[in-house]
Amino acid sequence: MNPKFIQKIASVALGTAMLVTLSVLIFIIFYILYQGLPIVSMEFLTTPIRDMGKSGGIFPTIISTFYLAFLSICIAAPLGIGTAVFLTEYTRENTVTRVIRFTTDCLAGIPSIIFGLFGFVFFVIYLGFGWSILAGSLTLATMMLPTIIRTSEEAIRAVPEGFREVTYGLGGSKWQSVTEIVLPKAFPGILTGIILSMGRAVSETAALIFTAGMSLHTPVSVLSSGRSMAVHFYTIAREGISLQMAFGTAAVLIVTISIINISSYLLMHKYMRKYA
Amino acid sequence: MMKITSRNLNVFYEDFHALINVNLDIREHAITAFIGSSGCGKTTLLRCFNRMNDLIDGAKVHGEVRLDGKNIYPDGGDLLALRRKVGMVFQRPNPFPLSIFDNCIYGPRVHGTKERKKLEVISEHALSAVLLWEELKDRLDRPALELTGEQQQRLCIARLLAVNAEVLLMDEPCSTLDPIATQKIEELLVKLKKDYTIVIVTHNMQQAARISDSTGFFLMGEMVEFGTTKKLFRSPKHKRTQDYLEGRFG
Ligand SMILES: Nc1ncnc2c1ncn2[C@@H]1O[C@H](COP(=O)(O)OP(=O)(O)OP(=O)(O)O)[C@@H](O)[C@H]1O
Ligand SMILES: [Mg+2]
Repeated sequence: MNPKFIQKIASVALGTAMLVTLSVLIFIIFYILYQGLPIVSMEFLTTPIRDMGKSGGIFPTIISTFYLAFLSICIAAPLGIGTAVFLTEYTRENTVTRVIRFTTDCLAGIPSIIFGLFGFVFFVIYLGFGWSILAGSLTLATMMLPTIIRTSEEAIRAVPEGFREVTYGLGGSKWQSVTEIVLPKAFPGILTGIILSMGRAVSETAALIFTAGMSLHTPVSVLSSGRSMAVHFYTIAREGISLQMAFGTAAVLIVTISIINISSYLLMHKYMRKYA
Repeated sequence: MMKITSRNLNVFYEDFHALINVNLDIREHAITAFIGSSGCGKTTLLRCFNRMNDLIDGAKVHGEVRLDGKNIYPDGGDLLALRRKVGMVFQRPNPFPLSIFDNCIYGPRVHGTKERKKLEVISEHALSAVLLWEELKDRLDRPALELTGEQQQRLCIARLLAVNAEVLLMDEPCSTLDPIATQKIEELLVKLKKDYTIVIVTHNMQQAARISDSTGFFLMGEMVEFGTTKKLFRSPKHKRTQDYLEGRFG
């Protein structure tokens, strides 16, 4: 067959693949928004859950979601970035770093329900946090760590070696090269990892049911139990409480995730203009 | 006055003997050039003078290097202070992806100068010294990567001057520049030698002949010959130097 013809087939095939993927994605999003948005109102967003979710709003779940996402990022980001900096800047490649890297890769592949079980046994029972935002966030943080570590590592490795040498050449220390140039330059990549894992935290259910519980009330402290939007959605859909309310929750969830993504990309672009 | 002296300097990368018994004296306020074919150890020698070889896994340095008469190996005082005094310019201009101003005052900021006014004064001095001030003073907040290669290389030199470097180590600083840009950088170096000590590695023998006061010729880790540039180019003492200058190898 002549190469031109093959080229033609290839581009048609690849284009089709792209179109199928895209349309499935768009279909899902539009379907959920179409089903859910009609019942989303100011009242839906700001009033408590009533009748186990059959009526009322989803205010407590929004607060719980926010708490869980925020707290877990606050725990996972410093640990993850710190680990990545240690692995890339402060150690030489050796058996220990390889073991650490292999372990994080394994962690990334473990189903979230296993993390849930671990969180339940360790945070909820052993440490006595009970079903709580704190136990849920800690569990989410352990789930996020592998992603944050690996993406931060990649981003840090992509910073040209020359920039570090210049810092040393000017009499700067390793710490200064890390904070003055390596991290700022790697920031967009690191942020991508954080956003990815934040998406995971916001949409997580299995691990949270075990650790943050399913309370219908608005959490008042980190030791309160609370259900996130995703958990709420899962419960009322599974138990057939109200499909309409479930779709409404899902629509809010999708919009939330979109807002997180869009605003971080805007932030990133603004930032990249400075450090590009 | 000798700024840098080395005695019995040997460098190993693992088992590879990269520099063999180098003894040399680098004069203050002069340009010293290192020439020699690829892989003969010029960069390695340059990196001995600010101990950048310490960063390389498996690199071992034996012997003595003195800066202003004080041994910098071993524990010749503060490593970071040494590197402020002895700055390095690399082959490829490598400004940070920051503004021109932020590049210029990167060193002072790292060393803790926070005051805007002071930093402005420092940047003006440093940029004036490399003859960039007039050209760039109105767009200091533009990204440094917008500059031409030559301007970037000047900026990289300014970045060293801003931390009061005394010695400028330059590793083929013109190899990515065109002839006109090269000439401008050469003029700058000649002007700078009044206040600084410059050591330059170059593959361009004419360049060494044009601007340097002393030249060292290296071959496979050995310094074959070292002397005033005039002498070395006109009447080399060694057969191997002569062969190299006549382009018989390398
Ligand atoms: N990090 C390293 N590890 C092992 N060997 C090295 C390392 N750096 C340099 N070498 C070896 O040491 C020798 C001298 O290298 P060096 O870079 O000093 O040469 P050079 O004269 O600067 O060459 P060029 O003109 O190509 O820049 C070379 O044979 C090189 O392969
Ligand atoms: Mg070299």
